[in-house]
Amino acid sequence: MTILLEAQNLSRYFGPNVAVQNIDITVKRGEILGFLGPNGAGKSTTMKMLSGNLAPDKGEIHINGFDLLSQPKQAKAQLGYLPENPPLYRELTVIEYLQHCARLNQLRGKQLKSAVATVIERCGLGDVQRRLIGQLSKGYQQRTGIAQAIVHNPAVVIFDEPTSGLDPLQIRQIRELIRELANEHSVILSTHILPEVEMLCDRVQIISKGQVMFADSLKALHQQRLNSSLKITLAAPPELNELQTLMNVSTVEAISANQFRIIYHPEQDPTENLIASAVSKHWQLQELVREQDSLEDIFMHLIKDDSPLAEVKN
Amino acid sequence: MWCVARLEISRLFLSPFAWIMLALVQFLLAYMFLSHIEYFAQIQGQISAIPGAPGVTEMIIAPLLSNAALVLLLIAPFITMRAFADEHRNHSLPLLISAPLSASQIVLGKYLGYLGFFLLQLVLIALMPLSLLAGSAIDLYQFGVSMFGLFLLVASFLAAGIFLSSLTTQPIIAAVMTFCLLFLLWIIDFAAASAVSGQINWLAWLSLLGHFQPMLSGQINSVDLSFFALFCMVFILMTIRRLDAARLSL
Repeated sequence: MTILLEAQNLSRYFGPNVAVQNIDITVKRGEILGFLGPNGAGKSTTMKMLSGNLAPDKGEIHINGFDLLSQPKQAKAQLGYLPENPPLYRELTVIEYLQHCARLNQLRGKQLKSAVATVIERCGLGDVQRRLIGQLSKGYQQRTGIAQAIVHNPAVVIFDEPTSGLDPLQIRQIRELIRELANEHSVILSTHILPEVEMLCDRVQIISKGQVMFADSLKALHQQRLNSSLKITLAAPPELNELQTLMNVSTVEAISANQFRIIYHPEQDPTENLIASAVSKHWQLQELVREQDSLEDIFMHLIKDDSPLAEVKN
Repeated sequence: MWCVARLEISRLFLSPFAWIMLALVQFLLAYMFLSHIEYFAQIQGQISAIPGAPGVTEMIIAPLLSNAALVLLLIAPFITMRAFADEHRNHSLPLLISAPLSASQIVLGKYLGYLGFFLLQLVLIALMPLSLLAGSAIDLYQFGVSMFGLFLLVASFLAAGIFLSSLTTQPIIAAVMTFCLLFLLWIIDFAAASAVSGQINWLAWLSLLGHFQPMLSGQINSVDLSFFALFCMVFILMTIRRLDAARLSL
């Protein structure tokens, strides 16, 4: 797969403060890269650098083979960017705004018309295309912002927290839209919302305090799990010790008289064993829920740790 | 570049702001125009006897355009404050920065957009003196030079305004700074006039008014033309530098 965006050793300082340090980013065609981190970790700074709004103090950025610093025009033509606050002109209607955006990106005549028509359809803006942007709801404004970023059919699209401030339904729609976009574009998505990354992204890059803590596929992130557990409810529970001695169980916690949490290593699943014992010894199993270390826990673990847990491998 | 200019003009005309400004300026100047005509009609009888007496062009058009210059000085800051300060506040600047445009294209595009708007304003203003043609002869050459002078003056206002707009994120501050700078350059001449003669009078050379006045009376001096050209170029170049620097320091 071709690499569409490549950034190496990006660093940026604000006075003595380090905003971002030695970040490497690679995005291949058709891939969604999740850029994850707590607020103030340097996500937006990185997005600004990738989109040419902020010059890095160190490092290089190549977009589809063009160097963003020495060939900015060619590089920016391959790039769509939706900042945290969508860059909208409230006094224009949606269609006028998108036409201007297409014109700014060097589209003309027939090409411009068809590009605007396509993007309006893709982003579901058909019903509001003749309304003023200032009068639209936040969700539609966000869609207009997305439309603006993809109207010139760029190779790489950069979204900075695209779902912030939207209601759950709108968030779902925007996510669907982003997933659809990934069929043709490479997408970089910055967010602090974990489920979003879990739902959308092929690869994750977690940063904290301006440094990459983790960079790999989502699958690898799941493997970072330290423990897994089962929550069971038994109507006629045995002694705690009896549960403890079951095969593959590392510890058992009693939550209440009837509820227990059984903790095990991810590689050694005791479920089958447990069910068999429960049936043969009449413990009356009522409920069995798989409780995995949520992504959240891994995330917290990663960003709390001072040293990067996983080696950075792209 | 032209697409930025086009975007600027269409944004201007889609807000009521531009229309109100055009209408009110026209109203103010029409009132002044009529009062000049009235005054001229009163004294016409007395001065017609004097040989070489000033005619319609000197008595009506020159003062009208002089007033127009002052009015435009007042409103230009409100147009140019939109250039970058408003975009900053609106968070819409990334749209232009991420588009495949250079900083000079963005700045020149905006400048040309505003210049286009003021060109329309000047055409509207020019219609008033031209209406005198119905009843009187006017010196079209002097009138033409005066309008050209007014155009150069407005071009300078805009260049200074755009630069000051790029310095701040508050549109109002940009407008006030622009107004103060322009007004200072307008009245700096007064201090120069009272300065002891014999000194090198660089204050007078800085005066916008000092370079506009000769054009009102129909003179085209290369020193005035080069002053306006330099003035515009310096401010536009500084704006381009400023926009480039914003990427580095923001």
